Amino acid sequence: MVDQDINKKLDTVQMMVNMGPQHPSTHGVFRMVLAVDGERIVDVEPHIGYLHRGSEKLCEGEIYVQIVTLFDRLDYLSNLNNEMVFCRAVEKLMDLEVPERAEYIRVILCELNRVASHLLFIGTFGLDVGAMTPSMYMFRDREKIQSLFEAVTGARMMHNYIRIGGIKNDVPEDFDQRMRSLIVELKKGLEEADKLLSFNEIFLARTKNIGTMSAKMAIEYGVSGPSLRASGVPIDIRKDHPYSIYDRFDFGIPIGEVGDCWDRYYVRLEEVRQSISIMEQALDQLPDGDTITPTRFLLRPPKGEVYVRGENPRGEIGVYMISDGTDKPYRVKVRPPSFCNLMTIKDLLIDTYIADAVVILGSLDIVLGEVDR
Amino acid sequence: MSLIIDVGMRISLILGLLTGLSVVVLSLVWVERKFLGRIQMRMGPMVVGPYGLLQPVADAIKLVAKEDLLSPWVDRIVYWVAPLAVFIPSFMIWVTIPISRDIVIRNMDMGLFYIIAFSVLSIVGLVAAGWASSNKYAVLGGFRAAAQLISYEIPLIMAVLGVAMLAQSLNLQEIVNQQDTYVYALVQPLGLLIFFIAGLAEIGRTPFDIHPAESEVVGGPFVEYSGAHWSIFFLAEYINTFAIAALTVLLFLGGWLLPGLSGGAITTVGIFVFFAKTYLVILVIFWFRGTYPRLRIDQLMSFGWKMLVPLSFINIILTGCYMFYGWPAWLMSIISVTILVSVFWLVSKRMNNTKKEYTVHIYKPESSEVKNAG
Repeated sequence: MVDQDINKKLDTVQMMVNMGPQHPSTHGVFRMVLAVDGERIVDVEPHIGYLHRGSEKLCEGEIYVQIVTLFDRLDYLSNLNNEMVFCRAVEKLMDLEVPERAEYIRVILCELNRVASHLLFIGTFGLDVGAMTPSMYMFRDREKIQSLFEAVTGARMMHNYIRIGGIKNDVPEDFDQRMRSLIVELKKGLEEADKLLSFNEIFLARTKNIGTMSAKMAIEYGVSGPSLRASGVPIDIRKDHPYSIYDRFDFGIPIGEVGDCWDRYYVRLEEVRQSISIMEQALDQLPDGDTITPTRFLLRPPKGEVYVRGENPRGEIGVYMISDGTDKPYRVKVRPPSFCNLMTIKDLLIDTYIADAVVILGSLDIVLGEVDR
Repeated sequence: MSLIIDVGMRISLILGLLTGLSVVVLSLVWVERKFLGRIQMRMGPMVVGPYGLLQPVADAIKLVAKEDLLSPWVDRIVYWVAPLAVFIPSFMIWVTIPISRDIVIRNMDMGLFYIIAFSVLSIVGLVAAGWASSNKYAVLGGFRAAAQLISYEIPLIMAVLGVAMLAQSLNLQEIVNQQDTYVYALVQPLGLLIFFIAGLAEIGRTPFDIHPAESEVVGGPFVEYSGAHWSIFFLAEYINTFAIAALTVLLFLGGWLLPGLSGGAITTVGIFVFFAKTYLVILVIFWFRGTYPRLRIDQLMSFGWKMLVPLSFINIILTGCYMFYGWPAWLMSIISVTILVSVFWLVSKRMNNTKKEYTVHIYKPESSEVKNAG
């Protein structure tokens, strides 16, 4: 209160700082116009749309099997999860059965993708608070995941691996062995990052009680995923509305206490451990059999509409699709988790410092490809 | 005639110093990149020259050959002068820093005072650079630099004062010679810690790299600079790093002195001893960079004013009592270490108490709850 009196006496003015779209810490092409009073932020005006590619409209012009590639490019850090939710939407529309083996491989790869995404988050969050080493450790581990993806799907990103009715092809023969050695390495790498960063005094000072999101606020904004769970709301679609075969695995939902940046960070770190446990269970149960239910190339789902939701690394992704019985969907609407999480940014940023703005934005873990679509 | 020789001598000394410092900076860049690379499980530079030894040279050539971009809104005179205002003080303090016994350009009786006085000047350059760039990030960075550097000047000077009191001199030669029985780090561990932390803040390195903070103000005062002008800032930063490490060695770690080293060998072997000690201190600085996140500016200020300044005053009072009552040196070290340990204990106790509460819970719903969804 005292400093505001001083400001009145000194007749200070606010300064507009344009953060982004070329700022290194806005995680893509997000732009915020900050009104700052010294270092304190008094107003925020977020601008999005720099990465708008019209994905939803493009979906209307493609046949169903082609749309999978468009979903790859929404949240480009968790491609497989995106593919999965679209394929599930079509499968639900057509009442298509997916072979057991395909379901298991889908789950393993999706969880691996979640781990890769969270590892990248831990690394970049370290960079946001100024620690450069965790990002190197995390990229090292993510690289191993990427090379496994390359071996399985043929691509490091943009896999186009999950198909309507199953998966593109069976996994390579050494998949089980590679996965198990990868899991050991991932566990080790995660412990390293945990030891280096999580309880560092400076890191705690920078993230604890910064950008606190109450459970009420999170629910009102429609925040989902780890950001919601950090506020203490145990909602995870894999548990609450189990899709695919998630009801067969034993895993917990990490929930935070107060919903500050540190909780959002640590919930993700803990989620990596849970994902690893899911992968281990799935590997143990992996059955033999077909990997895809054959369908026509030119799919014509029956007339109707469908809404399917899935748990992405960033939160709840929803796909609403209307089919008019032709080979192309009439309308595809995506509910992107990053977009809904990003809406809280204004409330979170006001009355914090510029340095906190970077940390808070980083802790929400947005991907602009998904926000702008 | 003698005047010409005199002037020639001086110019060649300055050029020699400049060359020597440039070589040191190149070596520092290489050491930093290699060391950080090793910390981060990378190789560091490997391509240019054996073990990437020529990488800093290639970097320097690239920087000088780069186009010097100039924003049309900059305040040109201030913009060009600012790098020099940062570089010249960092260069000038080396005039009186000895690298071995009697190997110094100008041995001044007020050496320490001169160094402190000159190192303060670089703040002006940083603020000027930020202001003249006509960039808001640069302005923010410039004012961050002003706040940070001025605040940490006080504990830095206070820590130096303790040493000056012990040595009864401001002459760096004399200060080092006084440490031949025991180094001042043993008598003044508190002073060493304060000096090192405040020194880190003075040169703006992790965890105090707040004014050039890459992820917040995108390089701060230097954001608009490019090419050779930016490289002058870069040079100044590394010379300052080296200076802080050298001062730590000279004031607290016995400079070129080594147990068992005596007589005429001190002068020649002392150079290697001095450089070895300095590079060790620098490795600690780089190690910090590979390990710590960055503080926020208000946390930095409160740490400086609420922790370092009171501690440095305690240090001065302790040293004064030690001098006045003629305590034995071991008593002084014991008191200093006790204060250090108790402060650390108090802080870490508070930290650990709160740390235990920091966790996330694993929520596992009953399996019957799960089944109800569709």
